[in-house]
Amino acid sequence: MKKVAIAAALTLGAFNVANVSAETVKVGMLLPYSGVYAALGNEIEAGFNLGLQEFGPDLDIEIVKEDSEADPGKSLAKARKLVLQDKVDVMTGIVSSAVAGALRDFVHGAKVPLMVTNAGNDSITGSSCSPYISRFSFSNSQVNGPMGQWVYDQGITKVYTMAPDYTAGHEMIEAFTKTFEAAGGQVVGSEYTPFRKTKDFGPYLAKAKSSGAEAIYTFYAGGEAISFVKQYDSFGLKSSLPLMGSGFLTSPLYVNAEGPAAIGVKTVLHYVPTIDSDMNNSFVQKFQQLNEGRSPSEYSVAGYDAAHALALAIKGGADDRESIAAAISKVSFTGPRGEVHIDPASNNIVQPLYVYETVAEGDGLTQKVLAQLPTTKAPADGCSL
Amino acid sequence: MDISFWILQLLNALQLSMLLFLLSVGLTVIFGLMHFVNLAHGALYALGAYIAASVAASMGYWAGVLVAPFAVAVLGLILYQFLIKRMRSSGPMAQVLVTFGLIFALLDITRLIWGDLALALDVPELLAGRVSIGGIEYPVYRFFVMAVGLVALVVLHLMLTKTQLGAMIRAGVDNDKMAACLGINVERLFFLVFCVGCALAGLAGAVAAPLLSVVPEMGVDILIPTLIVIVIGGLGSLKGAIVGSLIYGFVQTFGAVFAPQLASVMIYVLLALVLVMRPSGLFPAKGG
Repeated sequence: MKKVAIAAALTLGAFNVANVSAETVKVGMLLPYSGVYAALGNEIEAGFNLGLQEFGPDLDIEIVKEDSEADPGKSLAKARKLVLQDKVDVMTGIVSSAVAGALRDFVHGAKVPLMVTNAGNDSITGSSCSPYISRFSFSNSQVNGPMGQWVYDQGITKVYTMAPDYTAGHEMIEAFTKTFEAAGGQVVGSEYTPFRKTKDFGPYLAKAKSSGAEAIYTFYAGGEAISFVKQYDSFGLKSSLPLMGSGFLTSPLYVNAEGPAAIGVKTVLHYVPTIDSDMNNSFVQKFQQLNEGRSPSEYSVAGYDAAHALALAIKGGADDRESIAAAISKVSFTGPRGEVHIDPASNNIVQPLYVYETVAEGDGLTQKVLAQLPTTKAPADGCSL
Repeated sequence: MDISFWILQLLNALQLSMLLFLLSVGLTVIFGLMHFVNLAHGALYALGAYIAASVAASMGYWAGVLVAPFAVAVLGLILYQFLIKRMRSSGPMAQVLVTFGLIFALLDITRLIWGDLALALDVPELLAGRVSIGGIEYPVYRFFVMAVGLVALVVLHLMLTKTQLGAMIRAGVDNDKMAACLGINVERLFFLVFCVGCALAGLAGAVAAPLLSVVPEMGVDILIPTLIVIVIGGLGSLKGAIVGSLIYGFVQTFGAVFAPQLASVMIYVLLALVLVMRPSGLFPAKGG
């Protein structure tokens, strides 16, 4: 009797699976919830959850969360667990480029779609791209490349560059240097400071000052960005040596910790919360409601847009690894950043860029958009999808 | 690169040295007396910065910088009573493991209370801006950091060499059993020194906060430089702490000027050299 019941249940189960199209889509979310990138992990998750609420409130989606600890080895183990044990249909997350690099061969081999929501290393959608890996954040050279021409157009011909000595630092500065020199500018000095080991930027700032440069172009993020901007300001360099760079330097996520020191810094990003569009205004408003009045950042928008893309893919009928991967590569929509789509040639996002200045507003700081640079597509760079 | 450039770099080196001195002196004094390596020292420094930032947010910078050392000393008192005291008789490995574990516990407590986002602590009005000395503009706050370091050095030096308490501490460092036989309450001395060491960590955090960033991982990031300082200088001595800090500050700063790519390696090369030539550091405490 028992056997019959089980058999019946099994047949019924099989029957259900075969006939009901709205199958549960399991999403593996691999983000750092501890360690140096914990703030970014929480920010991206907040964006992703809001995106799901917005674009797929009645979709059957189950999220399995894992803490990547921003550690390549641990992340790979967690990714294996998500894919082999939890059998997720799609993975999202990844803040650190090193983690993205460590996961690349595994997700490519396992044929699991991975929607990257931060890691900006060029190679993941360049030389080591995969039809299963798409990126909803940015690539290092995509963000910095167009700044070369813009800085030159401001009448600045000599620049001193500074960045932490790791992949992202090098990729961002090299992309800028290439276009700045092509425009006719000159990089009079360049410094890569020991990553996360530099407490005092004073020695480097003194070198920049005596180099004869007209501006500093830099990339720092998180704690290093806060120390850098504060120390730059304390030496009184604002009037003689304007600070420019990639906008992670004055990200809305931690610009308040920099305080007045950040006023006047001009940087570029793919998203700032002050973009004036209906789509963005409603995103900002909803995000603030859920996060104690805090404005969204370039990190949360990547999570939000990844959720948007996933919802579109599922609504289009995708429900397993293969079909989701295929649908994601073709996705195109208007989000808080403006019109975005995934470049079928590299699976990287194609998006507009915003040059902004950090300005004072009331007691706090806000981002004033100075220019919108045309939608940029990162070069495929050895990728052939 | 004229002379003012080099003076500027000299000041930078001194400033970094003094900041490191504030941190390492607490650690080294605790070690010198108790032969106890408190790896959680960096975490206490981070707590000092967090407490200073939150107190300063409502009551101003000076309240923050005064409250932080006391609050961290109170925390040190609690740690001593419930944990460190029990670990006194266990071997160095157990002590290292316990205080290593404390790093992570304190880190997560910091994150639970203050969250993952960085806190702001601005330089107070009085110390904002720059002073011009012989054509060199240098931030006032950096002079303040140097002054605090120098004051701590002088006060500790006088206390150790000129007071009865100092004599008792020196006796305890030299030979704690003999000191106990002579009627010195060594246990109470240990307790006092531990709390003072913790207060110095809290002070260092409060002073460093406007210069650096107040983020949860700051305590972990500072631990290695601090350990390098006391290993080069020699464990347990005030002289070792100041010499080690100066060496570290100058190597880092002038390394950054001459060979930025090697700046972080150079200090490790120096560390290795010191360990080969003088395994107990340049100025180890006597009997330590």
